[in-house]
Amino acid sequence: MRIIDETVLEDLALGAAVLGTGGGGDPYIGKLMARQAISDFGPVELYTLDELDDDDLVVPTAMMGAPTVMVEKMPNGDDIVNAFLSVGKYIGKPVKATMSIEAGGLNSVVPIYCAARLGVPMVDCDGMGRAFPEIQMVTHTIHGISSTPFAMSDERGNTVLMETVSNLWTETFARSVTVNMGAMAMIALYAATAADLREAAIPGTITLAEEIGKVVRRARLEEDNPVETIRAAVGGYLIFRGKIGDVERRTEAGFAKGDAMIDGIDEYAGQSLQLSFQNEHLAARIDGDFRVTVPDLLAVLDVDTGEPITTEGLRYGFRVAIIAIPCADKWRTPKGLEIVGPAYFGYDTDYVPVEQRYGGS
Amino acid sequence: MRIGIDVGGTNTDAVLMDGTAVVSSTKTPTTANVSEGIARALRDVIADSGINTETIDGVMIGTTHFTNAVVERKHLTPTACIRLGLPATVCLPPMVDWPLDLRDIVGGNAHLAHGGHEFDGREISAFEPDEVRDIAEKIKAAGLNAIAISSVFSPVNSTFEEQSAEIVRSVIPNANITLSSEIGRIGLLERENAAIMNSCLRQLAARTVDGFKAALDELQIASPFYISQNDGTLMNADFAKEYPVLTFASGPTNSMRGAAFLSGLKDAIVVDVGGTTTDIGVLQHGFPRVAALAVEIGGVRTNFRMPDTYSIGLGGGSLIQEDPLKVGPRSVGYELTEKALVFGGDVLTTTDVIVAGGGEDIGNKHAVSGLDAGLVTAVQARIMEMIAIAVDRMKTSATPVPVIVVGGGSILVTGEIEGASEIIKPDHFPVANAIGAAIAQVGGECDRIFSLAELSRDEALDQAKQEASDRAINAGAAAESVDIVDVEEVPLAYLPGNATRIMVKAVGDLVGA
Repeated sequence: MRIIDETVLEDLALGAAVLGTGGGGDPYIGKLMARQAISDFGPVELYTLDELDDDDLVVPTAMMGAPTVMVEKMPNGDDIVNAFLSVGKYIGKPVKATMSIEAGGLNSVVPIYCAARLGVPMVDCDGMGRAFPEIQMVTHTIHGISSTPFAMSDERGNTVLMETVSNLWTETFARSVTVNMGAMAMIALYAATAADLREAAIPGTITLAEEIGKVVRRARLEEDNPVETIRAAVGGYLIFRGKIGDVERRTEAGFAKGDAMIDGIDEYAGQSLQLSFQNEHLAARIDGDFRVTVPDLLAVLDVDTGEPITTEGLRYGFRVAIIAIPCADKWRTPKGLEIVGPAYFGYDTDYVPVEQRYGGS
Repeated sequence: MRIGIDVGGTNTDAVLMDGTAVVSSTKTPTTANVSEGIARALRDVIADSGINTETIDGVMIGTTHFTNAVVERKHLTPTACIRLGLPATVCLPPMVDWPLDLRDIVGGNAHLAHGGHEFDGREISAFEPDEVRDIAEKIKAAGLNAIAISSVFSPVNSTFEEQSAEIVRSVIPNANITLSSEIGRIGLLERENAAIMNSCLRQLAARTVDGFKAALDELQIASPFYISQNDGTLMNADFAKEYPVLTFASGPTNSMRGAAFLSGLKDAIVVDVGGTTTDIGVLQHGFPRVAALAVEIGGVRTNFRMPDTYSIGLGGGSLIQEDPLKVGPRSVGYELTEKALVFGGDVLTTTDVIVAGGGEDIGNKHAVSGLDAGLVTAVQARIMEMIAIAVDRMKTSATPVPVIVVGGGSILVTGEIEGASEIIKPDHFPVANAIGAAIAQVGGECDRIFSLAELSRDEALDQAKQEASDRAINAGAAAESVDIVDVEEVPLAYLPGNATRIMVKAVGDLVGA
């Protein structure tokens, strides 16, 4: 067990933004909420999965909806707590802790607010090891853990509880309830025991995010090469350096999709990388050939500062370094690839793990 | 004729312009009481040209005075804040992200009330007049009359803010109220921060603007005067007293607008080379491109229409390290005239290298005659590379664009800039900012989320353009001169129903200018 206090929030949010692969929302509001809750209610205890008893129940908390709405209509705070408590009440057993469902700018810090408010611990793990756009896209789904009982709460005090036959159905219903709640809802879902999570979750994500944030901050102070520092910290591969040319955006089925064309610089001069995104960076093609795809991670970083660039932040003229990071092994199973592989997102290619393409270099 | 004045932290510059011609210009030190510096600059340009003050049609003043007041925590009025949005937003009350010292000075008197809207215009909760009246009584009891009012999604629907203001005025008749919807865009905390800062600057604004007026009266200049805003447009004196925050960052804007005017170009990159930094901005239709991200003023996050500038640590005073070669970011700054080699100092600066390279004759050029020619060439190449990369970063497409170079450090630009179609160093470049103030127009904008399920895209765009134009006309633009200069659409991720944020900006010439 260790303590999460105000001093680590900055590092945690920065590192989570790297792992968020361009999605997961702007961390500013989430970071402020966590800071405020810690200052009002005290710091949060962070447990590893191994420190929990087998039958300790863990309920992740998160925000669902449009980050653009969250910057205007901030949560009440009770909404997160309501969602979390509703799941426990429905199950009828005490809930030991909360956790992050995804590593992303916003949702890696939202559970800290819940934990501080209620004085419950947080567990050092998540369900993605990165960010993904839809509810069923978590390693819990691979292991047959249901997203329901699923609670979503708004600031008025409304809570919608649902039981569904599949996690994909949860996504479908939750998306429309979110709109009714004002395009933003606080959710609690995927209740599971520590024993199950040792199988199903991705361990150590919070510590990893904090570690990444810390080394980047140090690298910047020491005028070291932050991109290389991040690459080393995440065990990734530098696949490209270039300048963003054209960025094409479109909205399909409520998602922000698009492609950015990146022209190579330095040793990549003459090559062209096509970066495809849907809320998160999903695939990279170099000179027309798929080189990296989901579920492996693509971090697009400012070449000089290492600052992660979100899908909304992609703009002509930015000089970026692209780092590919191996995803959690759980995603590389047939079941994992069915949920988040290139085919699910409509890319006509087989998944090839990034280290098979870049491991030799 | 128009007079443009730029009141900077160090210098107060003034130019007298007859139509498009610069008749005279001056640079004088800024004084603690800014009106004195302005009066002196005015006297200089008028005496220099020998004109009759009756021929002056307008005086345009750009000032960093209000920005500095926040940065230096001086002359701020304690201000209360009422936010309408309960039961939402409770977890982050007003001023939550302010530096503590500033929050202490402003008072931290914050209240939450019911009201507010959803992104699609539905009410979050019903507005409760009695609740606002009770809050107003508390504010009155605390002895405050400066108040900021914010409401969730007020850029979409501002009625609750307006109703609250009416109630507050009924309780506190002399209330100084700023509505967040009048000055900011989507982003509640940032917009609210701006509204609070505005109310806490109003007393200072009234004094300062009256001081400007007194300076003009003293010189018997009866023409109207205007204050320049951060987006390169003007507001009249009464409006400036109401909305002092809108002057934030007007300095770089004026310098870019001045560059546009001096060069005759409307679409270009402006490179403003100072002593320590070089600021690069983009002109679109003659106006600076606006930053998309939040900007901090004195440690407070805001989302003003700020020019999108990119700064690099390169200027006339930048230090040169020889091995490995490094130019900047450290600089001798204002001590250039003592510390650089050509001025008898012992520090190698960019200015020394330019003189050694024969590009300029400043100070004692013999002091740098011994510099290694290879080093001089390498430094010049590095400077041009730094500028080229920064320029490229600010471009919106790969097409080469003209680059306008202004500012006292312009001598550093000695060669070609990759990606530039041409490099222009206009006359009068040291007073580009005062010229920018002199030629400013007035504008209005609309920034709202539209649901394209109910409106067609064209209808939504037309509605947004109409709102922006109406606001420009209200701000003093001649209706026939109003032009739409910027349209930006942002589809909102995760939202069905095709919700789209549309930002439109309209500008026009001042009535009678």
